Amino acid sequence: MMTSIDFLSWVRGPVFIMATAIFVFGISLRLLEIVSLRRKPDYSAPRGSRMVGGMRTLFSRSMYDKSTFQRSAFTIVAGYIFHLGLFIVTFLSVPHILLFRELFGFDWFGLPTILIDAVTVITLLAMLVLLIHRLKNPVRRFLSTFENYVVWTVTFLPLLTGYMAYHHSVFPYPLMLGLHILSVEILMVVFPFTQLMHTFTLFMARWHTGANAGHRGIQV
Amino acid sequence: MSAATFERGYKAFKEQIDAPIAAYFSSCVSCGMCAEACLFFTETGDPKYTPIYKLEPLRKVWEQEYTLWGRLKALLGISKKLTDDELAEWQELIYGSCTMCGRCTMVCPVGNDLVYMIRKAREGMAAAGHAPPDIIVGTQRAITIGSATGVGLPTLQAQIRRIERETGMKIPMDVQGVEYMALLSSMEIMSFPEYLEALAKIMKYAGKTWTLSSEGFEATNAGVQIGVSEIAKELVMRIVKAAEKLQVKTVISPECGHAYGAIRWEGPNLIGRPFTFRVQHILEVLDEWREQGKLKTEGFEKARLTFHDPCQSVRRGGVIEQPRNLLKMVASHFVEMEDHGKMNWCCTGGGGVGAIEEAHELRTKAFNRKKTQLDALKVDKLVTSCANCRLVLEDGLEAYEMEMPVMGLTEMIAEHLKEEGEMEKDKGLYRFSEN
Ligand code: HEM
Ligand code: SF4
Ligand code: SF4
Repeated sequence: MMTSIDFLSWVRGPVFIMATAIFVFGISLRLLEIVSLRRKPDYSAPRGSRMVGGMRTLFSRSMYDKSTFQRSAFTIVAGYIFHLGLFIVTFLSVPHILLFRELFGFDWFGLPTILIDAVTVITLLAMLVLLIHRLKNPVRRFLSTFENYVVWTVTFLPLLTGYMAYHHSVFPYPLMLGLHILSVEILMVVFPFTQLMHTFTLFMARWHTGANAGHRGIQV
Repeated sequence: MSAATFERGYKAFKEQIDAPIAAYFSSCVSCGMCAEACLFFTETGDPKYTPIYKLEPLRKVWEQEYTLWGRLKALLGISKKLTDDELAEWQELIYGSCTMCGRCTMVCPVGNDLVYMIRKAREGMAAAGHAPPDIIVGTQRAITIGSATGVGLPTLQAQIRRIERETGMKIPMDVQGVEYMALLSSMEIMSFPEYLEALAKIMKYAGKTWTLSSEGFEATNAGVQIGVSEIAKELVMRIVKAAEKLQVKTVISPECGHAYGAIRWEGPNLIGRPFTFRVQHILEVLDEWREQGKLKTEGFEKARLTFHDPCQSVRRGGVIEQPRNLLKMVASHFVEMEDHGKMNWCCTGGGGVGAIEEAHELRTKAFNRKKTQLDALKVDKLVTSCANCRLVLEDGLEAYEMEMPVMGLTEMIAEHLKEEGEMEKDKGLYRFSEN
């Protein structure tokens, strides 16, 4: 029978390698599929710069004008909290930084555990709120497919299991840690084949939109 | 148009997909924000009008043709193939409830240019024979008669004769080697010939040489509207040939925003080469002359008024500040709507919607957005710079029993030009030609 220690080394070993391979290969494939489609040249006389427009929109799309903000305040605020929280928990918690050092050989500053703990709770709550909003808001419910809920689940689980592992709740630490790592691996496997790809492709999307507008002398 | 079939449509969808489209579909997180930007959703509350949902047919083709994962899903039966019935169902979403205003493009947090996608989706729809009948008829008229509304050269000639008789001005036709060739929209010719009269007056005032062309005067492009590039190209070529034949330096797009987008931004791409002449929107031309001091006005409109931004010349066209500069010259009580300029709300009749009989009820409902905007301002007059917007606005105002005159900006400028006598007193600063 597999002990929790066996389980932990299994998810840290072969499963991790597999998941990483799928993650890296999948993302490369998806990005290649997009880039290889190319686009036609624009023969219309430019009024402005594609480059400037593209660069601008990469950033400007993270800001909203007043009326847009008012109309979608809920999605925007909860979305911001969730993404910032996810970033902090992923890249600024000490155990993760140690892992990165092990993998890539360099590290950076981490935040105190108590802070990470608080951010995790806030992030989990923001995600719950986003899920409820998704189920309640007519448009979001209408647009959502099975995929949206898969994406939500595989993002939620690593946060939840990480929190539980830290607090040694439900299962003993090694098992909980193993489950946490497994949940991240599930996230990595699902990532390239779902909307989670927006993490990378949104920069392409913003670039194209901004460049087209820039060519016309419009800031979007 | 060769016979429309589902296969041709599918092929057209496939051909339209490029890197931006793939990046856009890959990025959507179903956040729903684009719905809040679209007046067909905000005024009805019906989620089917969500911009990204209107693109579902195009998304299917992209996923199943250009992603390995999508092919696999289709093979395993997890995702369904696109069907002809589905396209028929989507007609009201891709045409009847999308004015191609591009407001959704402004708000999508991942940066999707949704209207770029709609424009491409229409190519597939038209090739599959699922464009609305009204739009198909209009497109056929554009090829045979010269414009979607059925206005042709004889109508224009009649209007020219009338203006010449009434004003004593000469409207130049087919004159070679002049600086400007002006284009018109059939709606201006039919419903607002004041525009042509104003144009002639301003040209004379500024001392510029110009002409119309009997072979290429119609600037609206039914091919762009319906989404058949082949036809759009043919219509653009009429203008290109005329401009090259007359050897003009600049072609002036009429106020009509759609016409401007079609000739200024799509035109060269439709014919696959840059133009040999410059294209400017009439308001760009006027604002340039204002800056150069060639356009002097006197007197002010006293009414409290606001400006309705035509989507295609402002948000999608980039002629944003010019109308404001010009309006401030002649209006003393000019106020802006809360969402204006790039964030303006559409008149509800662009992108061909105004021509679709079946869409009329929905369009009128959506007009509530404009009504709300206007009510908040308490204005007495509405100024715009697009004949189509103007007709649609008048229609909407009437439906909501709102008494409010709608004026064209170019005409307003023409009405306020400083008198000829005054001009001469202006220390001979301006050359004044008599033609
Ligand atoms: C460069 C990094 C990223 C950027 C700029 C980004 C940006 C966005 C934006 C603009 C949205 C739409 C607005 C919203 O609902 O908040 C969004 C939604 C979402 N993102 Fe990200 N994202 C990033 C990374 C990630 C990652 C790494 C994950 C998960 C592992 C993720 C999961 C989600 C989810 C689940 C949603 C939908 C939220 C909802 O229900 O509304 N994102 N993202
Ligand atoms: S272009 Fe305008 S009308 Fe069309 S979906 Fe977008 S917001 Fe709605
Ligand atoms: S706003 Fe953009 S990301 Fe959100 S649902 Fe619409 S297209 Fe998708």
